[in-house]
Amino acid sequence: MQRREGLAKLTGRERYVDDLPLENFLWGMTVRSPAPRGRITAVRFGNDVDWSEFVIVDHRDIPGPNEILLIERDQPVLAASHVRHVHEAVLLVAHPSREMARRAAQAVEIVVVPEPAALDFRVAPRPEQIQYAADNVLKQLKIEKGDVERALAHAPVVVEGAYETGAQEHVYLETQGMIAWLEEDVLVVKGSMQCPYYVLNALQHALGRDERRVRVIQAPTGGGFGGKEEYPSTIALHAALLALKARRPVKLVYDRSEDMAATTKRHPALVRHRTGLTEDGRLLAQDIEVILDGGAYVTLSPVVLSRGIIHAAGPYACDHVRIAGRAMFSNAVPFGAFRGFGAPQTLFACERHMDVIARTLRMDPVELRRKNLIRDGQRTATGQVIQDGTDRVAVLERALALSTFEEKRRAHTAFNAAQRSKRRGIGLATFYHGAGFTGGGEVHLNSRLRVAGLPDGRIEVLSANIEMGQGTLTVFTQIAAERLGVTPDDVVIGEPDTARVPNSGPTVASRTTMVVGHLIERAVDDLRTRVGLDDRARGSVVKDAIAHWYAAHPGGRLVGEAVYEPPPGISWDEQRYQGDAYGAFAWAAYVAEVEVDLRTCATRVIDFVAVQEVGKVINPTLARGQVQGGVVQGVGWALMEECKFKDGAMVNNQLTNYLIPTSDDVPPIRVAFVENPYPHGAQGAKGLGELPIDGPAPAILNAVAAATGTEPRAIPLTPERLMDLTR
Amino acid sequence: MSTVQVVFTLNGAAVSLDLDPAERLLDTLRYRLGLTGTKEGCGEGECGACTVYLDGLPVNSCLVPTYQVRGARVESVEAIAAERLGPFLAQGATQCGACTPGVVMTALWIGAHPELLETHTIRELMAGNLCRCTGYDGIVDAVSTALGHGEPPV
Repeated sequence: MQRREGLAKLTGRERYVDDLPLENFLWGMTVRSPAPRGRITAVRFGNDVDWSEFVIVDHRDIPGPNEILLIERDQPVLAASHVRHVHEAVLLVAHPSREMARRAAQAVEIVVVPEPAALDFRVAPRPEQIQYAADNVLKQLKIEKGDVERALAHAPVVVEGAYETGAQEHVYLETQGMIAWLEEDVLVVKGSMQCPYYVLNALQHALGRDERRVRVIQAPTGGGFGGKEEYPSTIALHAALLALKARRPVKLVYDRSEDMAATTKRHPALVRHRTGLTEDGRLLAQDIEVILDGGAYVTLSPVVLSRGIIHAAGPYACDHVRIAGRAMFSNAVPFGAFRGFGAPQTLFACERHMDVIARTLRMDPVELRRKNLIRDGQRTATGQVIQDGTDRVAVLERALALSTFEEKRRAHTAFNAAQRSKRRGIGLATFYHGAGFTGGGEVHLNSRLRVAGLPDGRIEVLSANIEMGQGTLTVFTQIAAERLGVTPDDVVIGEPDTARVPNSGPTVASRTTMVVGHLIERAVDDLRTRVGLDDRARGSVVKDAIAHWYAAHPGGRLVGEAVYEPPPGISWDEQRYQGDAYGAFAWAAYVAEVEVDLRTCATRVIDFVAVQEVGKVINPTLARGQVQGGVVQGVGWALMEECKFKDGAMVNNQLTNYLIPTSDDVPPIRVAFVENPYPHGAQGAKGLGELPIDGPAPAILNAVAAATGTEPRAIPLTPERLMDLTR
Repeated sequence: MSTVQVVFTLNGAAVSLDLDPAERLLDTLRYRLGLTGTKEGCGEGECGACTVYLDGLPVNSCLVPTYQVRGARVESVEAIAAERLGPFLAQGATQCGACTPGVVMTALWIGAHPELLETHTIRELMAGNLCRCTGYDGIVDAVSTALGHGEPPV
């Protein structure tokens, strides 16, 4: 099936938040902290602005608690007396003219008496820099399996390494934006977001409104990648506060520079490995330390850390594993959800380290992986028994065959000997990604989904899960249509509007197709039962039964429902961090071929092969597109995307100096799927969206290592960084 | 604020506007004329989401003061016939859609000038349109499918 809303997007008819018709509205603007930490002593309004024309909101206008509801309640909606990071929102202004609002925001001075800021998450804070708990540690987690110290003490070979990854900006092409207005006493907020119920909960909390007086609607969303998971709650609150005070609709849309400066990014990370092995390369012990920069508020850092450490040991079997992780407070703009959610950082370290190990042992990195890839019946670091029937070595072999890995390696030896200034290399990464919320997370979410029969026999899917480019509308349509044997035209996907749809959970964590899609299957089964049919009834039989039901029940409403149920046999111990971390893992092997110019130290990816096992592929075109897009985002993270920080804030907050890959920076991404249907996912699907960003960075750096003989350990591997290694 | 009168042809029809001479063509299209198909991605000519044709050439409308198009011919994505877009749908050239109208404008312009491919690759020619979702393969495949006809975009 072709993308459902594709033609509307291609013709420009799709209306995103800034495209929606809105009458008699004000433009909102945000006034932000100039300092990374300090006490606000004054707010000065410039003399050259007629302030009577403006609606102005500060923390005193917040009806409820000045807290953005998330895991903790430490982050204010608007800073009151203290600021903890540059660009922290302090004041809001609104005016009918966008230009006037912009100028007014610039004419407000926030006077801050500076206090000592913590700006390097890698070094222990000095006492005067402590701002969270006793040690600035936002969250600490540990996974332990076996006896690592003993195993390391007896290991014939121990290899150590430290690896660093930088922040990454999402660069969704549509910037963050919200509109808010009042309908009678109901506050309506509509905009670009991944999680309508997160926004609803945050609005209810800080505005002191019950859910009957708040309604959140997702507008078509121009990319998210995690960047529109938690941040939209903030901008929604800001738009709502202005609209409540103005009693008029308010539109708050960031321009690119504000979006890049003020919103979340991928957590920077430092990961240390100490690995014990036999001389022939069998893993005996993995001792891993993971440190994330969380930024100035807790936000989602505890769960990013959780996913990060769970993936840190890689898709390998090892009897003795210890993974200690901590997320550190710093006076940086809070880091947040970004595709992969901690796993790309730890898998970069793991997979780069595997090649360092191979070189130390004078062993083929392919053979090292063949030897250690987890087999069915073996246990992960959390003790989860892998028993899914996927042949992970076969996934690797497929990637090697498609990329002609061995032939290229030989060809590179000849090429590199013949060339003066060019070097070629090929590298790989084998990895995995757990789909859905971690551990008991899905049970805790308790997602519910509804489908409604329509009087004409069609079916409407009512879910809070959203389309942001990844294909939800299309795949949900396919899942419902296939289950009932009807055509895609017989399926309507309802607008994610909290007044109409139940809370089927956030659109994050590679859960939408696998988890929510499966709820659709169960909800349409329920609907079919309610019209007196069994699972064999399909097509026009079902449609006719729905139409008959309405004829027999005037004024009635026919619905089918499903509530999440965990797959049988899943158990998770949150205290000991042991058990089944995920219902299913997707498995992958990626191969990158690079050419390095030794004069400029520029690295170019010249071929890329991505092979993955993601269960059943429901829509091949969409699935391939997810992989290709994820890989290219990974190429950017690996080689060019560098957030430059000053006082904890991004200073290259423009697409002029924060570079993402263009079509000319990447080769065709060659994608292949190995299919092994997962019985508890929709049509056998597992999660896919995040997996493709885990593999490119280590595969590319391993290729650079092979090409140049250096051991790069930090990304982005810009020409400057590589020059330091090669000279 | 003093305004000036600007007369130009937009999607085949004459337009006459009184506006601030510094107003961006992008804002004129979006906020004054309600043609919201043209998107703002960066506001500084890096991303190509706001691509329109100015006298037949693709330009970033965020960098063009509307005053500059007086007497000129402007076409926006709204002028593109939907029938032309089949290959883009089939190849998965659109995901989130925010870059898409700009991509379509550049892609159809390349399709109208197949001689460019004697000296440039599609990837080089498309490099002014940033896309964060597709990884570009769907776009490049769609452009090559739609190529060779030399058909004018509008």
